Amino acid sequence: MVKKLVKGNVALCEGAIAAGLDAYFGYPITPQNEVPAYMSRKMVEMKKVFVQAESELAAANMVLGACATGKRAMTSSSSPGISLKQEAISYMAGMEVPGVIVNVQRGGPGLGNIAGSQSDYFQAVKGGGHGDYRLIVYAPANGQEMYDLTYSAFDIAQKYRNPVMLLCDGIVGQMMEPVDFNKEQKTKFEDRDWILDGCKGREPRSLKSLLMQDGVLEQHNLDLLKKYQIIQENEVKAELYQVEDANVIIVAYGISSRISKNAIKQAREQGIRVGLIRPITLWPFPSEIIASYTKTNVKFLSVEFSLGQMVEDVKLAVNGKCQVDFLGRAGGAIVSDKQVLEKIKELAM
Amino acid sequence: MEKILSRPKALKDFPLSYCPGCGHGIVHRLVAQAIDDLGIRERTIAVAPVGCAVFAYNYFNFDTTEAPHGRPPAVATGIKRTNPDKIVFTYQGDGDLAAIGTAETIHCANRGENITVIFINNANYGMTGGQMAPTTLLGQVTETTPFGRDPLREGYPINVCELLAGLKGTKYIERVSVCDAPNVMKAGKAIKKAFQNQVEGRGYSFIEVVSHCPVDWGKTPLEATKWVKDEMLKIFPLGIIKDETK
Amino acid sequence: MAKITVNQERCKGCGLCVNACPKKCIGFSSEINKIGYHYAVLKNEEACVGCGSCYQMCPDTCIEVYR
Repeated sequence: MVKKLVKGNVALCEGAIAAGLDAYFGYPITPQNEVPAYMSRKMVEMKKVFVQAESELAAANMVLGACATGKRAMTSSSSPGISLKQEAISYMAGMEVPGVIVNVQRGGPGLGNIAGSQSDYFQAVKGGGHGDYRLIVYAPANGQEMYDLTYSAFDIAQKYRNPVMLLCDGIVGQMMEPVDFNKEQKTKFEDRDWILDGCKGREPRSLKSLLMQDGVLEQHNLDLLKKYQIIQENEVKAELYQVEDANVIIVAYGISSRISKNAIKQAREQGIRVGLIRPITLWPFPSEIIASYTKTNVKFLSVEFSLGQMVEDVKLAVNGKCQVDFLGRAGGAIVSDKQVLEKIKELAM
Repeated sequence: MEKILSRPKALKDFPLSYCPGCGHGIVHRLVAQAIDDLGIRERTIAVAPVGCAVFAYNYFNFDTTEAPHGRPPAVATGIKRTNPDKIVFTYQGDGDLAAIGTAETIHCANRGENITVIFINNANYGMTGGQMAPTTLLGQVTETTPFGRDPLREGYPINVCELLAGLKGTKYIERVSVCDAPNVMKAGKAIKKAFQNQVEGRGYSFIEVVSHCPVDWGKTPLEATKWVKDEMLKIFPLGIIKDETK
Repeated sequence: MAKITVNQERCKGCGLCVNACPKKCIGFSSEINKIGYHYAVLKNEEACVGCGSCYQMCPDTCIEVYR
């Protein structure tokens, strides 16, 4: 198979299309603009649905509508726009509507800037919208994963009737890399007994998150919790890189994991035993995998393009058994492999 | 004797949660009757708002979904674009449609989505206890305009039909009322027409129903319908505002 | 010959049908129903012409019309 040299943002579009995307609803914002631009041509050519919405609010709610009928729909944005999509995400979580939302992150808070960042981790994995819910969150680290993980996001979303977010890096979205478009085009999906497709020959259905009767909402919350536990048991994904003998273990996702890998290679050449745990799912978080490496004399280091967000989950996973350190920069600034190497050396001493 | 008028099939035999005399129940029946008459119950998907009519999904006997406050036009767009063979309508109040959802309303109309919008204008936020709505009349006392709506402080009531009529995407716009039996029958015809338009692929149809909210207005049902006639219809005149379906 | 029936358990006694009746043949019950209202009743079956005005105004679709 010949690989194609494309931007990460284009790779994710192709992943969604291969997954059988019926509709894309977008709104311009940098650094995800390639997504609506690419979709505006591709979806129309394929006689699928493309709508440039009036706002991120509307785009996310269009996804809600399309997915309520069992169709595969996606929206994408960057950080400030993702804040607006939280409303629909919370409703989709409550109504169990499997929308797919892409966040090609930029710096914040507020309008921030347009440089790549990883400062929306909390928003993605700790709720973001209101209410007691979980969002399945993937963190692609390269163009190939932008394609692969977007492809599988739709299956996972529909399997669990839960919204899924792809938490991408502005840098990966913008970077051109060779990608193997190797997935089979999906066209057929199993019947689902919850979708709204007209009550022909059956009782009417309604999708809702408003549950006013005494105890009904609590029961719904408990049912959701049960689902989240099943997801936690089955859907954790992480890459382990040179961790077996490591006494410094870096935890990093997306672009910061790639920079960390460069630093690890350099450190290994200098005889330092250092490895990487790279969460591919940020929720469910690979806590058990991290916990299994909490041996004596092991130190953990969370490397992020933020001022310390995922490090809190690393600490929870480590549970006080080892030292957990942090290295990060914010506002679109890049942590260099040199800085990571220095930190590794400091911890290895 | 033969039964000539009874509950339409598209309305469930289920007690409505609305206050005594509320206009919502009348409009629910008219919508259900239109859907029965057109034989489209099994391919209809309704989008309920946030507000009193959020419970519409308990009452309509066809597929329904909830939407966040103000977003029914966006949700309906998502449904209709991916399911052009389905009959999709939103049922929204004045707060939902003309305050928090103004952007969604205008852009859905401007895109000319082939959907039907049923807009209940009862000049206040009913479910939260009768606060000022975008359609509250000048001088009208509500929970949040205790001294009456003052245009210098709260602006003016919005005439949504006239606002939307200026958009090229809209095809049929009519304002009706349910303040008495002849008007209810007229409203029924308008609502049926708005669904018929969609069935025939004629584009965006919008029906504003000037309705009454006796409890939040602090009036009896009879006083409330009289107030619609005497006060609201002066500001919201009835009739076909736009018809480009011919 | 015409008449109406009122679902006595569903009626909220709002009176819109009473007012809408051109023949003034609908009134309220003296007793209250389970939900606490004096429900509407057809007081004068002789006068009812089955015009359906009451049906049109009933917010709870409690009324059926026979003719």
